[in-house]
Amino acid sequence: MKKLATSFLAAAAAVAITGAAQAADAKACFIYVGPIGDYGWSYQHHQGLLDVEAAFGDRVETAYLESVAEGADAERAIERFARSGCDIIFTTSFGYMDATNKVAAKFPDVKFEHATGYKRESDNVSTYNSKFYQGRYVQGQIAASVSETGVAGYIASFPIPEVVRGINAFILGAQSVNPDFSLKVVWVNTWFDPGKEADAAKALVDQGVDILTQHTDSTAPMQVAEERGIKAFGQASDMFAFGEQTQLTSIIDDWGPYYVERVQAVLDGTWESHDVWDGMAEGHVAMAPYWNMPYEVAATAQKTATAITVGVLEPFTGPIIKQDGTEWLADGETADIGALLGMNFYVQGVDDQLPE
Amino acid sequence: MSPDVIQAILLTVVTAATPLLIAAMGELVVERSGVLNLGVEGMMIIGAVTGFGAAQITGSPWAGVLAAIVCGALFSLPFAVLTLSLATNQVATGLSLTLLGLGVAGMIGEQFVGLPGVRLEAIAIPGLVDIPLIGRLLFGQDPIFYLSILLAVGVWWFIFRTRAGLTLRAVGDSHGSAHALGINVLRVRYLAVMFGGACAGLAGAHLSLVYIPQWVENMTAGRGWIALALVVFASWLPLRVVIGAYLFGAVTIAQFHAQAQGVAIPSQFLSALPYLATIVVLVLISSNRRMTMRNTPASLGKPFVPDR
Repeated sequence: MKKLATSFLAAAAAVAITGAAQAADAKACFIYVGPIGDYGWSYQHHQGLLDVEAAFGDRVETAYLESVAEGADAERAIERFARSGCDIIFTTSFGYMDATNKVAAKFPDVKFEHATGYKRESDNVSTYNSKFYQGRYVQGQIAASVSETGVAGYIASFPIPEVVRGINAFILGAQSVNPDFSLKVVWVNTWFDPGKEADAAKALVDQGVDILTQHTDSTAPMQVAEERGIKAFGQASDMFAFGEQTQLTSIIDDWGPYYVERVQAVLDGTWESHDVWDGMAEGHVAMAPYWNMPYEVAATAQKTATAITVGVLEPFTGPIIKQDGTEWLADGETADIGALLGMNFYVQGVDDQLPE
Repeated sequence: MSPDVIQAILLTVVTAATPLLIAAMGELVVERSGVLNLGVEGMMIIGAVTGFGAAQITGSPWAGVLAAIVCGALFSLPFAVLTLSLATNQVATGLSLTLLGLGVAGMIGEQFVGLPGVRLEAIAIPGLVDIPLIGRLLFGQDPIFYLSILLAVGVWWFIFRTRAGLTLRAVGDSHGSAHALGINVLRVRYLAVMFGGACAGLAGAHLSLVYIPQWVENMTAGRGWIALALVVFASWLPLRVVIGAYLFGAVTIAQFHAQAQGVAIPSQFLSALPYLATIVVLVLISSNRRMTMRNTPASLGKPFVPDR
C-alpha cells in the first residue's frame, strides 16, 4: 500500500514540477530517497540543488522527486526524468545503483550521477561519494571523552559498506581515547522512519548507553536523547535546533560545490564519467560547531579534524584487528580504497554481529 | 535487569502502542457500523500535522490535541459523503482518502518542517507515581495515554451496554433490517465515520506531540494500516484491540532490545517480526470460522441505498 501511495505521489509531483521554465540551457534533475524536510540526508542534497539554482539562475532548470522508494519505483522515476528532457540526473541513494545503470544504458545522451555507489556500467554514469567516515572518527573520539558509561549506541540503517565503514571509524576513534570503549549497534532497516528511530534510540538508552549516534536520516534520535538527558551526534545536517542541550556535533554533507561543478561541466560540454570520493580536505565533509562538551575535548576534536583535513591522519591506519581476531592492517599500514569501499566486517570493539 | 529498567522498557512499549490503540478503537466503531474506511493512515497524518501546527501557532499542546481531533473528524467527511450519500466503493474511496491525506498533510506541513515541536508533557499523579515497577507506567504518563484507556473502556461500554451501541451493531449487521425498524442508517454511519476520523486524528496528535514532537512527512509510516489490521486481529472486540495494540507495541520494542543485547538473530527478521505476528494471528483467527463470523459486522463494506 505504501509503495502504491509513494508512486502515486511521485507521479503527481513529477507533473507538478516539470511545468516550469522552458528556455534554460540545461536541466538538472535530482531524486531523493526521503522527504526534503527530513533535516538530514535528503535535506542536504536539496541544499545542493538550491546551490545549483543560485549559481546558474535561469540558465539551468531544476527538478526533483522526493521520497522515491529504492527499487522498482526508482527505475520508473529515473526513466521519467530521462524522458522529460533532463540533461543530468543525480540519484542520491545507494539503493538506486542498479536502477541508475539500467536507465543510463537506455539514454546515452543523458548524464547520470549516482551517489555512494560503485557501478559505472556505461560511460554516461559517474559515481560520487564523501568520506563521512572521517567525521565519524572525530565523533568516536568525542564520544569516548564525554561518555561516563563507556558505551555508545549506534542506530544503523542497512548493512552496506557505507554504514559499516562509519561504525568502524567511530569505534576506532573512540578506542584512540579509551581502548575499552564499546558500541551497541541497532539496525532499523530503514533510512527514514522517525517512530522506529525513536524506538531504537529509547531501547539503546534503556540498555545503558549515554551517547547516541545514528546513520538514519530523521531528527527523532536527537530528540529522544534530549528528552532522556544524554548526548548525541546529528546526522548529515546540523540538528542543533532539535537538541540544544544534546548535540555534540554533527557531520554536515556539503554537496553544493560538487553539484555546481558537474552542472557546469554539462554546460561546457566537458562532462566525463568519473568516480570521486572527497572528504574534509575538499570541504565536502564538515563538522558542525562543537557544543555541550568541555573545552579540551572540543579542542582535541578540532585538532583531529584538522589533521584529517591536511592528510596527516587517516582513520583506517593499522594496527587494526578485525572483530574475529584476525589482523586486517599491520602497524602503520593504511587501507586501500577498494577495501574501504567494500567493507563488510567489523573491527574489534563493536558489540554486535554484522547482519549478512 | 533492575525494576527501573523494566519499567522504562514497558513505558516505551506503552508509548508505541497508544497511537495504534486509539486509531484502531475508532476504526472498530466505524466497522461495527458496517463501513470499511481504509483511510485511517490519511486521517492520522492529518491529525499529526494539524496537531503539530496548532500547538506550534498557539504554543499550547492542548490546542494541538483539539485541532487534531476536529480536523481528523472533518477530514473523514469527504469519505462519508462519497461512500454513504453517493454509495461509492468503500475500498477505493478509503484508499484515495489515505493518498489525499498524505499529500495534503505534506502541503500543510511544509512550513512546519524543521521546527522543534511543543511536547505534551506527562501528568504524574502524586503519590501513586512512586509505586515501584508500575507507578510511572500507570500514573506518570502523557495525557493521551489516559485518554486512550478511557476511550477503550468507553467504546466497550457503548457497544455492549447502551441502546445506541445496539443500534450501531444492528446497522452494521443488517442495514436493511435496521432501516425497516426506522433507524436512520446513514445518520448512524456518518456519526461512526466521524468518530473514527476523530480517533485517527488523536492518534496522529500523539505521534507529533508525544512520540516524536516534530513534523516530518510520512511520519505515520504505515501505523494507520497496522491499526486497520488490529481491528481484524481483534475480531471487532474492543478488549482484544487493547491486547493486540500492546502486543504489537511489545514486539516492536523487543526487537531493538534484542539487538542491543546482542542476540544473534538477523535484524531483518526482527524488523519483520511485528508484521509476521499480525499475519500469524490473522491466520489463527480466520481458521476458526465460527468465531470470526460471530463478531464480523455482516454488512461490512456494503453500500446502503435507502428506497426512494
